[in-house]
Amino acid sequence: MLRYVIKRILLLIPVLLGISFFVFMVLHLFTTDPAALMLGQHATNEQVAALREELGLNDPVWVQFFRFLSDLVQGDFGRSLMTRAPVLDEIFSRFPATVELALAAIFIAAIVGITVGVVSAVKQYSVFDYFSMIGALLGVSMPIFWLGLMMIVLFSLKLHWLPVSGRIDIGMEPVHITGLYIMDSILTRDWESLKSALLHIIMPATALASYSMAIIARMTRSTMLEVIRQDYIRTARAKGLKETVVTYRHALRNALIPVITVIGLQMGVLMGGAVLTETVFSWPGIGSRLVDAILASDYPMVQGSIIFIATVFVVVNLVVDLLYAWLDPRIKYS
Amino acid sequence: MAELAKATVETAEIDELHSPLREFWRRLSKNKLAMVSLVFLLGLTLVALFAPYIAPYDPINGIMEESLQAPNAKHLLGTDELGRDILSRIIFGARISLRVGLLAVAIALSVGTVLGSIAGYYGGKIDLIIMRFMDIMLSFPSLLLAIAFMAVLGRGVENAVIAISIVTMPEYARIVRGSVLSVKENEYVQAARAIGNRDAAIIFKHILPNVMAPIIVRGTLGISTAILETAALGFLGLGVQPPDAEWGTMLGSGRGYLFNAPHLVYFPGIAITLTVMAFNLLGDGLRDALDPRLRQ
Repeated sequence: MLRYVIKRILLLIPVLLGISFFVFMVLHLFTTDPAALMLGQHATNEQVAALREELGLNDPVWVQFFRFLSDLVQGDFGRSLMTRAPVLDEIFSRFPATVELALAAIFIAAIVGITVGVVSAVKQYSVFDYFSMIGALLGVSMPIFWLGLMMIVLFSLKLHWLPVSGRIDIGMEPVHITGLYIMDSILTRDWESLKSALLHIIMPATALASYSMAIIARMTRSTMLEVIRQDYIRTARAKGLKETVVTYRHALRNALIPVITVIGLQMGVLMGGAVLTETVFSWPGIGSRLVDAILASDYPMVQGSIIFIATVFVVVNLVVDLLYAWLDPRIKYS
Repeated sequence: MAELAKATVETAEIDELHSPLREFWRRLSKNKLAMVSLVFLLGLTLVALFAPYIAPYDPINGIMEESLQAPNAKHLLGTDELGRDILSRIIFGARISLRVGLLAVAIALSVGTVLGSIAGYYGGKIDLIIMRFMDIMLSFPSLLLAIAFMAVLGRGVENAVIAISIVTMPEYARIVRGSVLSVKENEYVQAARAIGNRDAAIIFKHILPNVMAPIIVRGTLGISTAILETAALGFLGLGVQPPDAEWGTMLGSGRGYLFNAPHLVYFPGIAITLTVMAFNLLGDGLRDALDPRLRQ
């Protein structure tokens, strides 16, 4: 197992190198001259040429790439053209918001998805099964940003139950410990902040969760249906065990293994979906910052956030793979 | 003699009944949801083709005095901030969504099929290089990668097609490679090689026709992904640019009027959801009809 873990971690290196190379090349080959962009419209050609020299933009591409890479390894992602702040600082200041949103979404998706899937399987062809599968179909077909907008119209504008946007009411931010508001407010027993944070996160997290929730519900339903027909379930029933014990102790436990992989894979999907959800709800995470950066041609920021998000995505997928191998002994470490 | 003739006719009828295409159609037409979706999509295609004749108003030039009207008898789905008829814009939007969806999948599928079959057929170093590259592309969340390409290529509908086809291509390459691997050792492929066919001929004539089923299914489902991603790019302001009518772009600009005119965001979203759902259901139906073993 340890060998396998080490091997998998070492295999990350070429992938991460590939990601950096890819992003660097794509942005450098095709974007407009960053020197011209930094100096604005009124700069003379001489000024632009001087800045190009200063920034090293006249060096061969591979020299530029290695300089970029060595900066990257030292944690220097460059400076944002918009705010002049170091890109990495901006990413770190916004990352907790994205993590909090993604975690809340995966939590909702897993709880609701598994419950709906189990009940649908146990009561196959019932009215509940019928409606929940329609719901699942809607979940994979609806654009999440539209679902978000519809929720805002209903819960914020018509019913006035939930706030339209943001992460917490102004001035309510809890003491900074982890950067996750819900966690921090629980740790500091700041119940007012907790309430505000929960009210703010519920809509974006549910919207973001919708797609994954549908996938998890479908997956749970089909694996449960498969497991229920197995011999050991019949044996458990024949022993005279109660139906709930059979369902939850015998069937669900075995059905959950593939479901857990799906949940893990959804974690990555959520990182991508966060771009849309954060934009809809003005959630101050990396996703919304990335969109702003693109619209403003702030390419160091674009480059940094894309590399950062892709790295997180790759690492999360690796952790899921390893967890899966650990959970299911049938998996070969090859 | 007459008996024999009758028997022959019967066998012929049975043969015809069991021809693969008929069998496929028989299975597909039993699936009500898939058929409803097919009819819906054919209808939508007609609407898109004849948009200028069907749409009641000009989708680009509105009437300012009639801006932000709620749905009424004159404008069935209301008007937007520039007084443009929303129904007309949705009708014209079908053109963009269908075109982008079909085109992006066609490009991704063709490139993915070529790369996947080369990787699967030749194996070895070529396979390793191609698939490593695909793995790197798959290590980005696809929407994020599409956004990155839009940042580089610039906004607009053509670039959206390019971005979406690039980011979805690796998945097709993977499926094709897997299928090619599974059939390339079959006897008919070896026979084709033995009689001296060129590699390209073997791949296109003997291998690909036998691995089409999963590709067609994936392609149909892929159209819904492509439409969703086009809408997402449009919504973020990176895809189709105003004043062109595209469903996602309409949602993006309607977002600013949630308070006083929420109807701006109702209908484009419904249009996207129904279209994507139809492609999903049709894809599921095709999967069941083409390969009964895959039925869920």
